Amino acid sequence: MSQFQLMGIFDDEDGVKSAVRAAKEQGLRIVEVYTPYAIHGLERLLGLKRSRLSIVCLIAGALGAGLKLWFEIWASAIDWPINVGGKPWNSLPAFVPITFEVMVLFAGLFTVLALFMVTRLYPGKQAAIIHPQVTNDRFAVLIEESDASFDVDRVREMLKQHGAVEVTERLTAEVPA
Amino acid sequence: MADISLSPPLVVGYKKISDVTDDICRPMERWPGGTWWMAFAVAFSMLLLGAVAITYEIATGIGTWGLNPTVGWAMGITNFVFWIGIGHAGTLISAILFLFRQRWRTGVNRAAEAMTLFAVMCAGLFPIIHMGRPWFGYWIFPYPNFRGSLWMNFRSPLAWDAFAISTYFLISLTFWYVGLIPDLATVRDRAKPGFRKTIFSIFSLGWDGAYRTWNRYELVYLLLAGLATPLVVSVHTIVSWDFATAVIPGWHATIFPPYFVAGAIFSGMAMVLTLMIIARKVMGLEAYINLRHLDVMSKLIVLTGSIVGFSYMTEFFTAQYGNNMYEQFVFLNRAMGPFAWAYWTMVSCNVIIPQFLWFRKIRHSWTLVFIITIFVNIGMWFERFVIIVTSLHRDYLPSSWASYTPTSVEIAILIGSFGLFFTLFLIFCRLLPVIAIAEIKGVLKHGAHIEEAH
Repeated sequence: MSQFQLMGIFDDEDGVKSAVRAAKEQGLRIVEVYTPYAIHGLERLLGLKRSRLSIVCLIAGALGAGLKLWFEIWASAIDWPINVGGKPWNSLPAFVPITFEVMVLFAGLFTVLALFMVTRLYPGKQAAIIHPQVTNDRFAVLIEESDASFDVDRVREMLKQHGAVEVTERLTAEVPA
Repeated sequence: MADISLSPPLVVGYKKISDVTDDICRPMERWPGGTWWMAFAVAFSMLLLGAVAITYEIATGIGTWGLNPTVGWAMGITNFVFWIGIGHAGTLISAILFLFRQRWRTGVNRAAEAMTLFAVMCAGLFPIIHMGRPWFGYWIFPYPNFRGSLWMNFRSPLAWDAFAISTYFLISLTFWYVGLIPDLATVRDRAKPGFRKTIFSIFSLGWDGAYRTWNRYELVYLLLAGLATPLVVSVHTIVSWDFATAVIPGWHATIFPPYFVAGAIFSGMAMVLTLMIIARKVMGLEAYINLRHLDVMSKLIVLTGSIVGFSYMTEFFTAQYGNNMYEQFVFLNRAMGPFAWAYWTMVSCNVIIPQFLWFRKIRHSWTLVFIITIFVNIGMWFERFVIIVTSLHRDYLPSSWASYTPTSVEIAILIGSFGLFFTLFLIFCRLLPVIAIAEIKGVLKHGAHIEEAH
């Protein structure tokens, strides 16, 4: 079944914020907001949870550090111990710098890969541009008809009131996935 | 003109959001002008000169350099440390100042990060061409081989260095690319259908500006900044350990890591200013890189320059106060020996000249700051030269004392590294947005009311 949606186009971040706040108060379902830059504080208004990507970062860092430390000890003390200046086989303090570097490398690369995975960003993907200026100077707030009490004219009026320069109707079938 | 002492606007002039997009994208969308081609011709010729010199050096051998058994490290390693240091300011601006919520960084972070990448490329070149057999350069990394497997020595600072610099390059590249994605999408949506649009579509990964993506993106950016901050400190610390773990008088000092990190930021900040003062003029970005940036970055130069000067004094004092005749000799020899000219060039350029930036009049003059940054660039190159060459050329045994003069091949390679750096930077200026468009839009309203009041 196709869903009916209203899209309010704004030219200012304050308008977006107040429209989102009002929509939330009226219990409307906001599908998504499209913005040319990250508006700070909007995540609280939208009720978005803090992303769990920091856990990925922690695990990847621990994994990198653990693997590298194990490898250094294994290579220098077990697989082929070589006497270098009479240092102990397992020279733990000397293994710290590389362990640190590999930890940072793993944490950084895996976090970014995880970001691309959860946000479905990949080379060759066709961007679903909701409005041609959304990466330039326009903000789009997409509100979906969630139940029978959805009053198109009232929502349209509400968006206009908060400074929408343009309000358009659409069906989800049109929304590129 | 807004008053600098109040919180001034980050972007001067009344810019609309779309103006930001237009101003930053415009230089990329027109055919480069005569100035650019001239600069490119010069930079590319320098690069070619360096390429010829490196080819000759590798084909003939390391004997084409002026090294001798006493002075085994000289210009090659000087250049390596110099370029790595240049890179550090980029990460300071992009990561450390981001964590400190220094909003002014937005105007310069993209270009500074690009500079980091290009400087690390220049730096990475030198240890490789310094090897007798550069084609075995990969032996520095542990990989399964038919010799045992014979693993590398993980206790060596040179091995730490290889890991530190590769990680630094990869993380800087990732950080830079992640920051670029929204801007690549902006350029993509402006471009007419064709080859350029296709390329930008591929690299912008289908970015559509959805806020859920932005929300995660911002977190990842913060995490990367948090990772890059200790990383940048670790990189120059490890570079300084290349020297500090040796028992050479003049190198064997615990002050080296903080001293090197401060010096790196000092030199890098000077290079960022040198480049940005030219770029803003040539590319018409005066509104985005303005007096406020000049002021703050000049202050950072005074701060780090003073730390460097203080380190010179501490080093000298510790050597004379300690009861080690070799240490005492090395420092007196630096200031009064055959390389005294290099030492005093270093002191004048790094300690004395930057002190002029205490004066607001000087700090607010684009020309004077530009001249001072050139001196700092020269001074910091000489700092590494002094540390490396003066410590080595007269060590414990007078019978093994020697001198060092660079050959034309070494000078050509140094010029070549500048050629590589500027060539890459000039290409970057034409192909990618030199200012973080999306970030500038986010700070457009900062201080705008103050400007209106004037």
